[in-house]
Amino acid sequence: MNREQIMRLRGLLRKESLQIVRDPSSIAIAFVMPVVLLLIFGYGVSLDAKRVPLALVIEQPNDDTASFAAGFFQSPYFVPVRFATVQEADAAMETRLVDGIVWLRSDFSRQMLSEGNAPIGLIVNGVDANNARLIEGYLQQVWADWLAKFAATQGLSLKIPVQVDVRVWFNPAVMSKDFLVPGLIAVIMTLTGALLTAMVVAREWERGTMEALLVTPAGIYEIILSKLLPYFVLGMGGMLLSVAMAVWLFEVPLRGSLWLLLASSSAFLLCALGMGLLISTVSKNQFVAGEIAILVTYLPAFILSGFVFDIRSMPAAVRLITHIVAARYFVTILQSVFLAGNVWPVVLPNILGLVFLAAIFLGLAYRSARKSLE
Amino acid sequence: MDAESKISPADSRKYTEAALTLESVSKGFRAGGRTAQALERVSLAVKRGIVTGLIGPDGAGKTTLMRLVAGLLAPDEGKIVVLGIDALSQPQHVQSIIGYMPQRFGLYEDLSVQENLDLYADLHAVAPVDRSSRYSDLMRMTGLTPFTTRLAGRLSGGMKQKLGLACALVGSPPLLLLDEPTVGVDPVSRRELWAIIHRLVEERGATVLLSTAYLDEAERCTEVILMHSGKLLGQDDPAAFTRRIAGRTFQIFAPGISKRVLQERVSQAAGVLDAIIQGSRVRVVTEQPVAPTAAALTTDNWEVTITPVAPRFEDSFVSLLKGAGHFAQASPIRAANASPGASAATAADVIVVRNLSRRFGEFYAVRDVSFTVRRGEIFGLLGANGAGKSTTFRMLCGLLPASEGTLQVAGLDLRHAAAQARGHVGYMAQKFSLYGDLSVLQNLCFFSSAYGLKARHQRERLDWALDEFELRPFADATSRDLPLGFKQRLALAVALMHEPDILFLDEPTSGVDPLGRREFWRRINALAQSGITVMVTTHFMEEAEYCDRLVIMAQGRILAEGTSEEMRARFRSDTLPNPTMEDAFVALITGVENRQAGAAA
Amino acid sequence: MLHRVFALVIKELLALLKDPKSRLVLIGPPIFQLVVFGYGATYDLNHVPFAVYNEDPSQPSRELVARFEGAPAFQEVARIHSDAEVAWLINRGQALMVLHIDRRFSRDLLHGASGRVQFILDGRNSNTALLVLGYANTIVADFDSWWASRHGWSNPPATLDIRARFNENLESRWFIIPGVAALLTEVVGLLVTALSVAREREAGTFDQLLITPMRPIDILLGKSIPGLLIGSLEATLTFAVAVLWFGVPLQGGLVPLYLGLFLFLLSVVGIGLMVSSLSVTQQQALLGAFLFLVPSVILSGFATPIANMPVLVQYLTYINPMRYFLVVVRGVFLEGASTYSLVSQYWPMMIIGAATLAMAGWLFRRRLY
Repeated sequence: MNREQIMRLRGLLRKESLQIVRDPSSIAIAFVMPVVLLLIFGYGVSLDAKRVPLALVIEQPNDDTASFAAGFFQSPYFVPVRFATVQEADAAMETRLVDGIVWLRSDFSRQMLSEGNAPIGLIVNGVDANNARLIEGYLQQVWADWLAKFAATQGLSLKIPVQVDVRVWFNPAVMSKDFLVPGLIAVIMTLTGALLTAMVVAREWERGTMEALLVTPAGIYEIILSKLLPYFVLGMGGMLLSVAMAVWLFEVPLRGSLWLLLASSSAFLLCALGMGLLISTVSKNQFVAGEIAILVTYLPAFILSGFVFDIRSMPAAVRLITHIVAARYFVTILQSVFLAGNVWPVVLPNILGLVFLAAIFLGLAYRSARKSLE
Repeated sequence: MDAESKISPADSRKYTEAALTLESVSKGFRAGGRTAQALERVSLAVKRGIVTGLIGPDGAGKTTLMRLVAGLLAPDEGKIVVLGIDALSQPQHVQSIIGYMPQRFGLYEDLSVQENLDLYADLHAVAPVDRSSRYSDLMRMTGLTPFTTRLAGRLSGGMKQKLGLACALVGSPPLLLLDEPTVGVDPVSRRELWAIIHRLVEERGATVLLSTAYLDEAERCTEVILMHSGKLLGQDDPAAFTRRIAGRTFQIFAPGISKRVLQERVSQAAGVLDAIIQGSRVRVVTEQPVAPTAAALTTDNWEVTITPVAPRFEDSFVSLLKGAGHFAQASPIRAANASPGASAATAADVIVVRNLSRRFGEFYAVRDVSFTVRRGEIFGLLGANGAGKSTTFRMLCGLLPASEGTLQVAGLDLRHAAAQARGHVGYMAQKFSLYGDLSVLQNLCFFSSAYGLKARHQRERLDWALDEFELRPFADATSRDLPLGFKQRLALAVALMHEPDILFLDEPTSGVDPLGRREFWRRINALAQSGITVMVTTHFMEEAEYCDRLVIMAQGRILAEGTSEEMRARFRSDTLPNPTMEDAFVALITGVENRQAGAAA
Repeated sequence: MLHRVFALVIKELLALLKDPKSRLVLIGPPIFQLVVFGYGATYDLNHVPFAVYNEDPSQPSRELVARFEGAPAFQEVARIHSDAEVAWLINRGQALMVLHIDRRFSRDLLHGASGRVQFILDGRNSNTALLVLGYANTIVADFDSWWASRHGWSNPPATLDIRARFNENLESRWFIIPGVAALLTEVVGLLVTALSVAREREAGTFDQLLITPMRPIDILLGKSIPGLLIGSLEATLTFAVAVLWFGVPLQGGLVPLYLGLFLFLLSVVGIGLMVSSLSVTQQQALLGAFLFLVPSVILSGFATPIANMPVLVQYLTYINPMRYFLVVVRGVFLEGASTYSLVSQYWPMMIIGAATLAMAGWLFRRRLY
């Protein structure tokens, strides 16, 4: 780089920084948007079913049924409501007052004491299939606890052929926020990064300043570089803010190293900023750029990144599409670095994926900026 | 290096003599399925050390030519050599030595004047040691020295253009390209900008290529390149253009006859190329250098005096275009509206404005404005940008409530009967503001329905609009794709669908070429004669001549009210025996500014 | 009067359909969302990669492993022989679960004691981990009852008899796709109306419109009807695709469905017009629409249940029309809900719609300048 190039780049960078300082909109996008979105998502998205309203129908109450029912009243997962008949409980489920019904028939105690295998009727509302499965899981737990307690009070040795010991690594309490919040950071930063550059470059086209820049001796790569660097700094600021919120507000453990997190975040930000640059050089209009940025970053990052919906559950064709979604790589990295630690075999290929995508976006942005006045 | 080798030694002298050479350059743009030819085999040379004006109406190809020269676009064919450098193969090299100021110059509005200068100095790699002297030089020249710390966005339109000029000059370019630097700038600032440009050429020997749509600016250039729809019409010194029509320009005066009636008749006469209103007289350009006789001009037995006058550049431009057969003679315009209410014209006041004010926060956009407009009058509202004429206009149209004062339109108070009053009003907005995606017919249908026209009456009005404005061939065309002149006709047709008594026109002719402007004003004249009251804002000072009466506004107040003759008469002096409307305007505005400066001191 | 509103409606529809950009907004997102959500948004797991760490090569343990291998939900990716390999597989995400069978498994079983088995799960996606655990528990329970009956072990005193109502096979697609219909209706309804006034303001045509004798209420009506029309059209299309392509059952009637759709669109159009009359440029309108859209989707129960949110956030969802419409759509599609049972969802939407439209009308008059 010769003296003139350095002087030009310095001038452009200074201009860009002054604009950032004077125009609050880019600061708002970089810092306010992540905080607001993280708050909405962090509190709004949760897969841990808590306080599920449950109908209890006990046709002939006695000590056995009482000890069984007590399990529900003690469980943090359920809010049991008693109903006299199963018909009433049914009606309650139809009006969505309860999500499930536990039904002990009148002959429950008799059957339990004679031949065993007394059926505990359990009806869940299957509309929300995922939630229904989780409720089933919680119910099985209540049931198993009760069985053990029952056997102990009766002095029986309860014989179950297979005794399962479950170990959930990385997230022993199986709290959904611990896996959702790191993924959220990826979704939010995709949007933030793309919006930052998409809006500012489109603004230059709209105000005619780009045309004035293009006739100066400044080359395209200098202009692109001068856009990339300041917004990279801003983006990293937003990123750090999100990580801080994740660790201190949402109390997600950060088991990997901060440096690895920063390194992969840089690769990811380059991707997001590059995408924004590409969008703005193609559209040249703040409105269209904003529209496209939201459309091509937010939804795919939300659905196709593995942030809520596991990529492994998707059909092969959709799985293939997820490879061009930058957030996909970053979600994987973040979930590993936060919960599992520095797992290089996971992090490394994903960082490579990000770098590759960033190169493609920036290269395309460079090409389309070159022939943009036509 | 490769490009320079293409230029043979014999050619090289030709290229270095001229600052800029174009050889049969063509450029087309693809839009939709077809190609629009922006430039067609244009060849020209721009001489060193003078101001060359690139003149032509909108769509002539001026901006395309500028961008080609600046290396921002590549021509489809032809050769462009700038200061001995081939612009095609070395655009970066060209850009590093020229100065270019695009139409809307890229000032960063959130940066201060000094910061904008610094940026462009960095981009042109001006050595730090040279900077302070160059900055002070530029600031002195543009008169921006007191404002170096002000944000560019807070400058007035004229000051912005000066700053843009300073930024383009910071690299001391030997060739300066200015794309419509005076558009949207008030007459006072326009004169200042021209002074800067002339000083630049005299003091530094710079070459300036400047494009403009204002024909009166041609006379300020040393040489003029005339363009129309992508073609070169001629290149010469401006006096040479006017010499060609020597002896063909006259002023006609008929006492006791309305100047508009006179103009309408005269323009129909055989042998007359052009007729416009100038003061109380009608200015005529004839086909032959022979004075027209009174009998040839009108069939009526009017007492007519005909005096020869000196030709202007605009006269030659119009005669060149009409002579070249670019435009068919406009067909006579029928009396547009025969609504009985309108023809029973009385001299009643149709618009009454009393002590009107409009506040935005603490700022008065309009302050204590009063005037009345009589039926059948053409009433003008003139003023620089920010003078408050748009705000006044929006209040009159009921788009903005007044803070204080009363407003009556067609006898109805806008406060109480806004919707009813709007039924009497037709409105034509500043820029083309009809639905661009809809066809001509769909636009007409929609607006006539919006005004409550129904069934047979609606069909009749639709037919009237399509015939009267010759829009029938375009009925199904998407209105966004119409040529500008037709868009303007459509807008006027829409405003007239419901046969309004009052017509509001907001800068109706901005961007329209001189011929289009003439046709438009002929229609407006016909409307006024049929009893419709017309209220118009404009920044074309010569259009003030079409108005029966006008007010000039500045800083939210009315500076002067009266006929155009009265205004010019106020500023007649020994140095200026025959002031134009622009002279009067500039004198009025600077008078106010001087008084304020005196008060502040 | 009506004639003018009608003319405005026609003009709005023509302008929407003739402008390639707005055509894109109307056609692009719906197709994209249907495909992506329909295929991408699913919680159902197939072929969960798991590894077997069997320290007891015996007939009973092989029977248990065979049951896992035979289950469609599971796919064996490795057989391992040391603890170190467990970490290796799980860390890299190559296996979601390791089935570890204790060395004494068959010995304990044959001696009438419980055999011990360990599931080691990758908890990085806790939802997936819980689902996998559920599948695994079911297989183990099957094995239990098979072993008990075969070897004459006594029955446990009580067993769970689980049934799911409305969606017997617990297909999450049945849950997501009707939700997509709601989401799409909201996006389209909002964009059509939020941009309509702002676009005219930017193009300068709004002044031209205001200068006609039309009253604000006429303009408001003329601007909301196209949103209602296009929104219902797109919703109908999505319903059809849901039933015909994705095979989601439509249990209920069309009356409760379309009554809900109408009320929902009313409130969405009201919000859209409110955003529109508050913004001066299309960009502001777009940003405003987006600012409403994101929280309204998140806080609606579309992807995750409202019941899981903190109580304060749950209160916030009451002003979200999407919340109510989701219940209506899913209720009618999967539960066959009746008009009567959905009244509790209808009236809040009605109130939101009336309030936002009134507010839009008021803002509209305020912001005429």
